[in-house]
Amino acid sequence: MSEGEVVLEFRNVSFRYLTGKDYALRNVSFKVKRGEFIGVIGATGAGKTTLCYCINGLIPHHIAGYMKGDVIVCGLRTRNHPPRDLAKKVAIVFDNPEYQLSQPTVMEEVALGLENLGVPREEILRRIEKALELVGLRGLEKRSPLALSGGQQQRLAIAAGLAMAPEIMVLDEPTSNLDPMGKDEVFEVVRKLNKESGMTVIMVENEIELLVEYADRLIVMDSGRIVLEGDPRKVFEDVERILSLRIKPPQVTELTHELIKKGVKLEGIALTVEEAYSYLKGIMEVGT
Amino acid sequence: MKESPVIEIEDLHYIYPSGVHALRGVSLTIYENEIHAIIGQNGSGKTTLAKHLNGLLKPTRGRVLVLSKDTKKLSVPELSKYVGYVFQNPNHQLFNTTVEKELAFGPQNLSLSPGEVKERVMDAAKFFDLIELLRENPLNMSYPMKKIIAIASIYAMKPPIFVLDEPTTGLDSYWKLKVLEMVKKMNHEGYTVIIISHDMWLVTECAERITVLWNGEILKTDEPTEIFREREILEKTKLRPPQIALLARRFGRDDILTVKEMEDYILSRVSYNLLQP
Repeated sequence: MSEGEVVLEFRNVSFRYLTGKDYALRNVSFKVKRGEFIGVIGATGAGKTTLCYCINGLIPHHIAGYMKGDVIVCGLRTRNHPPRDLAKKVAIVFDNPEYQLSQPTVMEEVALGLENLGVPREEILRRIEKALELVGLRGLEKRSPLALSGGQQQRLAIAAGLAMAPEIMVLDEPTSNLDPMGKDEVFEVVRKLNKESGMTVIMVENEIELLVEYADRLIVMDSGRIVLEGDPRKVFEDVERILSLRIKPPQVTELTHELIKKGVKLEGIALTVEEAYSYLKGIMEVGT
Repeated sequence: MKESPVIEIEDLHYIYPSGVHALRGVSLTIYENEIHAIIGQNGSGKTTLAKHLNGLLKPTRGRVLVLSKDTKKLSVPELSKYVGYVFQNPNHQLFNTTVEKELAFGPQNLSLSPGEVKERVMDAAKFFDLIELLRENPLNMSYPMKKIIAIASIYAMKPPIFVLDEPTTGLDSYWKLKVLEMVKKMNHEGYTVIIISHDMWLVTECAERITVLWNGEILKTDEPTEIFREREILEKTKLRPPQIALLARRFGRDDILTVKEMEDYILSRVSYNLLQP
C-alpha cells in the first residue's frame, strides 16, 4: 500500500448505545491517510471513546446499539468483519493498562494475540522481539506486567498491539493514568512509531500541550459531532471557540490570545513555549 | 498566619512486609487551613505517606500526629472523623444505589441523628451542586461526576482535614477547573486540604506549599515558586514545570507560574506604542 492512501474512513456514522437516550456519535465523517498522526480531543462525553470502538469493530459487533453509516478500515467494512479480522489491521490501547494486561509475563502478554491467530511459534518469537525492541522493553521479557511502571505497562500494551502487525494504532487516553515521566515515555514511543515506522496513529488525549507538538491533524469533538478539524495551528486559531468546547488550550496559547485581545501586537497565537518566546522576545526587549 | 499544626510527621519510616523501604525519614508539618500539595513520580512514596494520615498504615519508625493525637493510638474509624480520604479511583469508593445514600453513608457511621444526617446530605449536595442528582445512581454517571460525588461523600462527614489522591487524573479541563474551584471553596470554609498529584497545573493554581517526595524522602517543602526555581529538584524528579514557568524562565523570571501572572508581567513591560489603539 502506498503513501497518501486512505486507511480509515468514517461515512456518516451515527451510533446510539442501547441504554443511551441520545446518539453518542452524530453523522461523523472523516478520512485518515497512511502515516498520519491524528489527535482526537473534546470534553468528557463528546464521543471520543465511542469513535475508537467503531474503528476496531467493538461497535457494531460487541456493543449493543443502533449504528448508521459505515466505517471502512483498510478496505474492510467493519459491519461485515468481526473484531477478530480487524485486529490484524487495528491495534487499540486503552486508558487503564490494568484492564488490558492479563498474562503472567511480558513475553506472554505480547504472544497472546498472535497465539489466538495461530501464528507459528518461530514467527511469534520474532515478532515479540521486534515489538519489545520498538517500545524499549527488551530485557524485561520474564517480568510480570504488574511489576512494571505505568509507563512501561502502556508501552507493553502498545507492543502487544504492534506484534499483530497492524496498519493503524488507536490509543484512547493512553497517558491519563500515568505520571509525567510515564506520559513522556508513551508519547515518545508513539512519535517514534509514527515518524520512523510510518504507523498511522489515532490518539485520543487530554494532554493538549503534548498532543499539539506531535499530531499532524486534530479532530475536535463535541456532543458526538466533529466540530473542528485541521492542523493544530488552525484548530487553536479560534481560542474562544476552543474554550467554549470545554477544551483547555496550551498555557502559552491562552497567554498569547489574552495579550492579543488586550491590544498587544504579536505575530500570532503560540502553541509551544519556543514559539511564545520568539513572539514575545521582540516586544519585551523594549524598555527591559 | 497559619500556625496551628494539624498534622505532624516526625522522622517517619515505613517498610512494607515485602521489605521495600518506602519512606525513609520523612518529617513534615501541615498547618490548619493550608492547601498542601505532595508531588513526586509514581513509586516516590506519596501514597504510602497518605495512608499514614488516615491510619491505613502505621509507622515502622517515627510517628504521625493528627490534631496532636498519635495515629498509632487511633483506629481507622476514629481517624476518619479527622481525616477524610478521597481515593483516586471513585469506583473503589462508591457503592450505594443513589447519590443520597452515598452522601448519607459517612454521616450515618458517625452515629449522627437522622435529622443531622439529612442536614449533612443537603449541605454536601448544595456545596457540590448535586441537588438534582440525589435520586440517581452514581454508578451510572460519568467518571468526572463520580469523582465529584466521591469528594462530596467525604465532605458530608465534615472532617477538618481532606486528603485528595490525584483528584484531577482522567478529567478533562472543564472538570479539572471544577475540582480546582471546589478545593479553593473548601479551603475558604476553613478546611485543610492535602492534595497528592502529578498535575502541575492544579498544584500551581492552588497549593500554598508543596512537598516534593523522591525515593521515599522529602527533597523540599516550600512555596510553589521556590520549588519550581530549583532545577536540580526538577531534574531529579522529572517533574515538568508548567509551560508558563518555562517561558518566564526564558525572560529571567523564576517566580511566575500562572497565565495571569505572566500576562500581568508582560503588560507591565510592553512599551505603550506597541499596544494597538
